[in-house]
Amino acid sequence: MTETNNFSKNRLVNWFKFSSPATFYPVAGKLIPFFWILTALFGAAGLWISFFVAPVDAVQGQAYRIIFIHVPASWMSMFIYLVMAAWAGLGLIFNTRLSAMMAQALAPIGAWMAFLSLWTGAFWGKPMWGAWWVWDARLTSELILLFLYLGFMALQAAIDNPRRADKAGAILALVGVVNVPIIYFSVKWWNTLHQGASVSLTKAPAMAQTMLWGMLLMALCFWMYSIAVGLMRVRTIILEREAHTDWVRQLNEVKN
Amino acid sequence: MSALLAMIHRDLLLVMRRKSEVLTALFFFIVVTSLFPLGIGADPALLRKIAPGVIWVAALLSTLLGLHRMFAADDADGTLEQIVLSPQPLVLLITGKIIAHWIVCGLPLVILAPIIGIQFDLDLSSLLVLMATLLLGTPVLSLLGSIGAALTLGVRGGSVLMSLLILPLYIPVLIFGAGAVYASSVGLDSSGYFSLLGALLILALAFVPWVSAAAIKIAIE
Amino acid sequence: MWNSPAEFFAMGGYGLYVWSSFGICAAVLLLEPLSIRARKKAIIRRLKQERLAERFDKESS
Repeated sequence: MTETNNFSKNRLVNWFKFSSPATFYPVAGKLIPFFWILTALFGAAGLWISFFVAPVDAVQGQAYRIIFIHVPASWMSMFIYLVMAAWAGLGLIFNTRLSAMMAQALAPIGAWMAFLSLWTGAFWGKPMWGAWWVWDARLTSELILLFLYLGFMALQAAIDNPRRADKAGAILALVGVVNVPIIYFSVKWWNTLHQGASVSLTKAPAMAQTMLWGMLLMALCFWMYSIAVGLMRVRTIILEREAHTDWVRQLNEVKN
Repeated sequence: MSALLAMIHRDLLLVMRRKSEVLTALFFFIVVTSLFPLGIGADPALLRKIAPGVIWVAALLSTLLGLHRMFAADDADGTLEQIVLSPQPLVLLITGKIIAHWIVCGLPLVILAPIIGIQFDLDLSSLLVLMATLLLGTPVLSLLGSIGAALTLGVRGGSVLMSLLILPLYIPVLIFGAGAVYASSVGLDSSGYFSLLGALLILALAFVPWVSAAAIKIAIE
Repeated sequence: MWNSPAEFFAMGGYGLYVWSSFGICAAVLLLEPLSIRARKKAIIRRLKQERLAERFDKESS
């Protein structure tokens, strides 16, 4: 009986051990190069397919290749928002600082992904539909997602007390997560109502196998990149917020 | 229940002593809606087309103007802390504050809207639809706004930040509210929009007071 | 698929759009880690200065 108790206690302790910034910092440091290598590999494979394997599209010509970054960026912007909200929520429930720091680290990456999605969407739309911006449901929702990211970052920046900023940000992120489907649905509704302006940017060319693979590989590349940069940023945030602690002062980087 | 009514009564009493604050927000609504024809041109067909959107956006902005008053004054003189500490459930008290805010900021918009609508040459049925959508939608605006007000309590540059936080959340209300009026003005069926607005209101009533209460507790401690 | 590098860069006339898109992507993916590195250097520098200041205080007291 005591053996099983010890076993489960060990497992519990081990898991929560990583919620301490002091133990997480070196672990993250060792993981980062690993994720950069994956980024490079997936990126190389994805770009190879984007440019040298995927055939020309009959309708859109070579410009459709933008899809190989537009769609992965959109996917990542939405995925990162979910992950960010999840971390923030965990931080709120378990009162762990590190979870909140992780959410703080992910926000700028997600915002950049949303920005890339909008930019590539505009540069895809211009040659195809003659306008830099069409009020397409997907693009409009992406714009609102960017606003949600910026709001999260602005709120955290405006509140001085770091723990209050963490918790307030968490509430905002969770409210945002609940609202994203509602917003998306309402924008789609709005799009179909005002028929005139709607041109579907998402009517991509019929997906050849190769195109799907290209998008998948580029999406994986962005995902690995997000993890790598997220870990890099969270390490810096840890240093900034735990500056007063002993373990930070004892770091090799600081001593030399 | 009596705590709820007491809260509403208290907030309304405080507003009555300082009517100018409320009236300025209402005048803002009127002025802003007048700006659009001045900026775009007075072609009646065009005005009829943009009226739902313009009036709804003006309603959003006017609500935003009045939101900081929900918690800021009480926070400044320490009353908010007492409210949090009181034995009455915080959720109930906050709901009271939101209702009082709606009575002061949202309800007047519902009453004023037909007048503005006439300026934009809307016909009677569209005016009625407009009032109905505002009646359903402005409570949602007050509810969602309370989250923003609570999160940015006491923060530097709070009101601008609050607008940035809340406006994305307002977008569904705007789309369904203005969409309903537009649909009815071109002869389409607007009942779907009302169902959606009603659903948003119910969802907001069910969840927002708890979220705002949590946000207030975070802001206070 | 591409008969010459020139054709590759022209992208069937859509070169501006394709390369602007891939270009901004590359720019963001490069600049973000660089900015984080700069931020990290700044905090490390601050920590080092604080450490030196503490030691100075201890030695002189």
